[in-house]
Amino acid sequence: MTQKKALVIGGGIAGMQASLDLADQGIKVYLVERNPSIGGNMAKLDKTFPTLDCAACIITPKLVDTGGHKNIELLTYSEVQNITGEAGAFKVKVLKKARFVDIDKCTGCAACTQVCVLKNKILDEHNEGMGKRGAAYIPFPQAVPLKATIDPEHCLFLTKGKCTMKCVEACGPGAIDHEQKPEEVTLAVGSIIVATGFKLEDPAKKPEYGYGVYDNVITSLQIERLLSPSGPTGGEVKRPSDGEHPKKVAFLQCVCSRDLNTNIYCSRYCCMQAIKEAILLKEHNPDVEVTIFYIDIRAFGKGYEELYNRAKDEFGVNFVKGRIAEIHEKDDKSLVTIGEDIVGGGVVESKVDLVVLSVGVAPVPLPEGIGIEIPVWRDNFYRAKNQYVDAVTTDIPGVFVAGCAESPKDIPDSVTQGSAAAMRASILLEEK
Amino acid sequence: MTEEELRVGVYVCHCGTNIAGVVDVDAVVEYAASLPNVVHATKNMYMCSLPAQSGIKEDIKKHSLNRVVVASCTPKMHEPTFRAAVQAGGLNPFLYEQANIREHCAWVHADQPERATEKAKDLVRMAVAKARLLSPLNPKKIAVIRSALVVGGGPAGLRSAADLASRGFEVSLIEKSHFLGGNAVRSASLPFTDQTPREAAAVLTDALEDEKNISVHTGYEAESLNGYLGNFTISLVKKPRFVKECSNCGRCIAVCPVETDNEFDYGLSMRKAIYMPYDSAYPNYPAIDMSVCKKCGECVNACAESAIDLEAEDEKLDLSVGAVVIATGAKNYTPKDGEFGWGKSDRVLSLPVLERVLDKTGPTKGRLKGKVENVVFIGCVGSRQKKTSEEEKVNEYCSRICCTESVKNAIHIKDRHPDAGVFYLFRDIRTYGRDEYLYREALEKGVVFIQFEGDVPPEVNVLKKGAKVVVSDVLSRESFEIPASHVVLATGFEPGADADKVLEVFKLNRSADGFFQEAHIKLRPLETSTEGVFIAGACQAPKNLVESIASGSAAAAKAAVPLSMGEVELDPAKAMVTEFCDGCAICIDPCLGKAITLVEYEKDGELKKTVEVNEALCKGCGVCMATCPKKGIDVRHFTLDQLQAMVDAALET
Amino acid sequence: MTDEFEPLIVAFCCNWCAYAGADLAGVSRKKYPPNVRIIRVMCSDMVHPNLVMNALTKGADGVLIAGCHPGDCHYGGGNLKAEERANAIMLMLEDFGLEPERFRLEWISTSEGNKFAKVVSEMVADLKKLGPSPYKRG
Repeated sequence: MTQKKALVIGGGIAGMQASLDLADQGIKVYLVERNPSIGGNMAKLDKTFPTLDCAACIITPKLVDTGGHKNIELLTYSEVQNITGEAGAFKVKVLKKARFVDIDKCTGCAACTQVCVLKNKILDEHNEGMGKRGAAYIPFPQAVPLKATIDPEHCLFLTKGKCTMKCVEACGPGAIDHEQKPEEVTLAVGSIIVATGFKLEDPAKKPEYGYGVYDNVITSLQIERLLSPSGPTGGEVKRPSDGEHPKKVAFLQCVCSRDLNTNIYCSRYCCMQAIKEAILLKEHNPDVEVTIFYIDIRAFGKGYEELYNRAKDEFGVNFVKGRIAEIHEKDDKSLVTIGEDIVGGGVVESKVDLVVLSVGVAPVPLPEGIGIEIPVWRDNFYRAKNQYVDAVTTDIPGVFVAGCAESPKDIPDSVTQGSAAAMRASILLEEK
Repeated sequence: MTEEELRVGVYVCHCGTNIAGVVDVDAVVEYAASLPNVVHATKNMYMCSLPAQSGIKEDIKKHSLNRVVVASCTPKMHEPTFRAAVQAGGLNPFLYEQANIREHCAWVHADQPERATEKAKDLVRMAVAKARLLSPLNPKKIAVIRSALVVGGGPAGLRSAADLASRGFEVSLIEKSHFLGGNAVRSASLPFTDQTPREAAAVLTDALEDEKNISVHTGYEAESLNGYLGNFTISLVKKPRFVKECSNCGRCIAVCPVETDNEFDYGLSMRKAIYMPYDSAYPNYPAIDMSVCKKCGECVNACAESAIDLEAEDEKLDLSVGAVVIATGAKNYTPKDGEFGWGKSDRVLSLPVLERVLDKTGPTKGRLKGKVENVVFIGCVGSRQKKTSEEEKVNEYCSRICCTESVKNAIHIKDRHPDAGVFYLFRDIRTYGRDEYLYREALEKGVVFIQFEGDVPPEVNVLKKGAKVVVSDVLSRESFEIPASHVVLATGFEPGADADKVLEVFKLNRSADGFFQEAHIKLRPLETSTEGVFIAGACQAPKNLVESIASGSAAAAKAAVPLSMGEVELDPAKAMVTEFCDGCAICIDPCLGKAITLVEYEKDGELKKTVEVNEALCKGCGVCMATCPKKGIDVRHFTLDQLQAMVDAALET
Repeated sequence: MTDEFEPLIVAFCCNWCAYAGADLAGVSRKKYPPNVRIIRVMCSDMVHPNLVMNALTKGADGVLIAGCHPGDCHYGGGNLKAEERANAIMLMLEDFGLEPERFRLEWISTSEGNKFAKVVSEMVADLKKLGPSPYKRG
């Protein structure tokens, strides 16, 4: 007897879409997300190309629909431990990590986050380390579920056993529970959609760019947080070293992409992301000089070439074809980029206030030894069994893949593949 | 009007800095609080956030609100969100109105913050004016016909149809030509696999064969669509094939005396008037091309199965379905006469022609004509064009797949002719994602990549055998002359040949690039402005095979939602007859949904007339309301009084 | 306050095309003068001539009705009905002593943010030349 239930692993945009399309068909979905909130990488973006829609505006309805759907059970801050069984009858062990907050009681009022003694002391992953949070935190204002989490790696009580426990005092409903234990649950599902997404490759793999060494070298996701009105700077782009507004900004494309020493594949969305970020910088301040150093501009999606043209013609973004070979930091923490200008000719040195690395993406695989091993491409992203007839079904019957887990993708392609995986999974579940 | 006291709550959104960066939100809140019937006015950083939504819910109880106005973004974005919040607070969701102070105000008047603030106040006043007159509405539920129509027999349509059928729904797949497979089956190869596109298509057509609840209609086109999500009726017309399903013995083709260009091979081969485009084409029996058939009757005589009827006529078919998937594809860009030597020499090919040439089972058995010395690909032909005047229509977009297709074929040619020079003249190499491995392979195999600037395109001077290609190389800033034995134009894509008709029949819109417009470019790429009609594949934008297949399944998922639920809610914003109707009937003729009928009734012994509205047929457009001189018919949620109140509020300065 | 006359325009925009076109003007940050007040209607064919005439005789300096391009109507031809009606409205303007520039019917698609901004800008410029509506009190 086939379980008319599905498991979706990963609550980014692809996983949310897959969950919604299954749930809307009346199928029960367990959505497992390892972070405290669903939303994935898209929730970190300020605006989206090519329309420059604000990301929070368009993702919030999806977050709310997913969180509130009667057929979707969210298991956030949870990780899949083990999968056994077969198509139609999988048994999945999921570890619900201790949040140290009773989510049935927590109202998301954020009072605990305000009084935590570590407030503004811990690097905030939602802000890509550009901002700080406390040990008690809510990742972002639109988080779903809107519940606090206490970070066990930092919380003074949980690490040292000593704290004034102001969070407990501040919590009206008494939701905080430092004694909470992780819980293991076993789910019975008929099919599994893997939508584990991507992470940025480690830019330290390119030491010549000084990421992590030079204060004013940041990633393309970090500048999203600086541009975002709900980010750590309230939407003001300030360079990390001194909080000054940068007047000259350089974007370096294909950092850890199209690169024999790191990843050969193209990460697909970075050209458009840089173009969008450059336009947003120009919108914030038209006097900012923005240069994008690129190998090829890959504006291949719907409306992308048109936005690229606007960046050049309307917003005055400079495009220089060439890879930057190295970056040096000056005494005033500004940076000198040295590289070739293929079109203009010769080696160009330019002094800039801020460097943005368009860092390529890497897969986020399921943990090893989990019980299933989905074959991967040579780029280590999950592979569909025969993508030319079915873009989402893997070699393991009953297991489907969607979004950046399958290959780097932009948002529309992730959404589309999320829906596609839902379709294929629903067929299996509805078979008599 | 009810006796109930009006209590309006107004919420103004900062939208981060999107609104608050221009509009003085505090001033708008203060102003809103001063409006009649407004008992509560407040603001929030993001009204769409869960806490802000819960705030609405709580305020409805706390302040006994019975109307809610949110001033934020366009209602196209968040009207459903706030209606849900209002409903969660215990109010009818239609007692909600939205003022668009972002798209229609802050974003377009960023240079005039003071006037933008005044305008925002006006927009809030107008919304409150309408809100005062809103009535609760209760959507009706109607049953959904549990079957789907898929339009287009290319890979996206095949995938969609197979998925919906396997999911258990009745599916009708229509294809305008007599054979399935679309453009994909004309390609010789696919990247990263030995599988041919034809083999891939066969997997999909086999899946159709396996499904009992699917009917395939080739030669069919949709003429009209009526109805609404859940209950569409579609009128189809079939162009006759003149051949019934048969054993495809081939005798008819052998005896046919008429030869003509085979368009499947772009005229590189000949076919008969009765023909198969290629041996394994599906459905696997011939069709007759009546534009060249001389009706000599040879085929009829040769056929032992009496399968041929030269007098077959157009047939009509009406279908009733609950949802529609459109997958009508795109067409290859055909270069203008003389564009890069096009049409001047058989050594100047386009990408789709090259695919036929390189097909080992194709018209040239996979061989390029003549000696293969230097093959020169030219990128971006018909794509990434720049306007030279405001009126000129150009393809500004990138066609997405031509780079990968070119590089794939450059590798094939290099593999078969290791001594030949293979060049790709490009603007940017767009072998995105995993296709970068192909680019890498091409470099390693010695394909030469030369970049040119968009405004200095290569020149092709056609010679007797081949052409002289001159290109200005960006890298060396020198001009090269390449003696080419073959030139391949990496032609892009354009909206399909019958796009206009499909758009008209299914009431879809076009994007600025001419392709079919999705409901939202990021998050609703498969939905359209017609509820229940979805788009898949290259009709929305150029796509490679994998992407088309994914969108085929994805569109099927969208269609599967109403089909599996079995019922949908009707939008309650429909026409309603008022007490002022005297049955003059002038609204009946203009009605676009043919939803209004004249009825007679008796009152106080007198025979009276009025009209009645069929709510399932009524589209809610309101032409009746604007036609009636007596306020005899109104559209719910957009009543004359509500619109008039908004006008009055706009003028009240 | 400046002395320059700032006309007030009431715009009826159809939900499917023109309203979305005006949204796109916002999304693309196309600037236009803040003189227009948009009222969302489901179709341009919903706008009763009385709404137009009431607006123009009660203080609006101009009225715009904007719908889908011919052939693009979501309802299949509502915009054409609106066009017929617009012709009738033009005749009424004459009767009321109003200049024809005070009323415009435009086709604006969802992808024509630029056109929406252009139409409003033009209309504001035209109305500035024309001066306030004769029905404007005071």
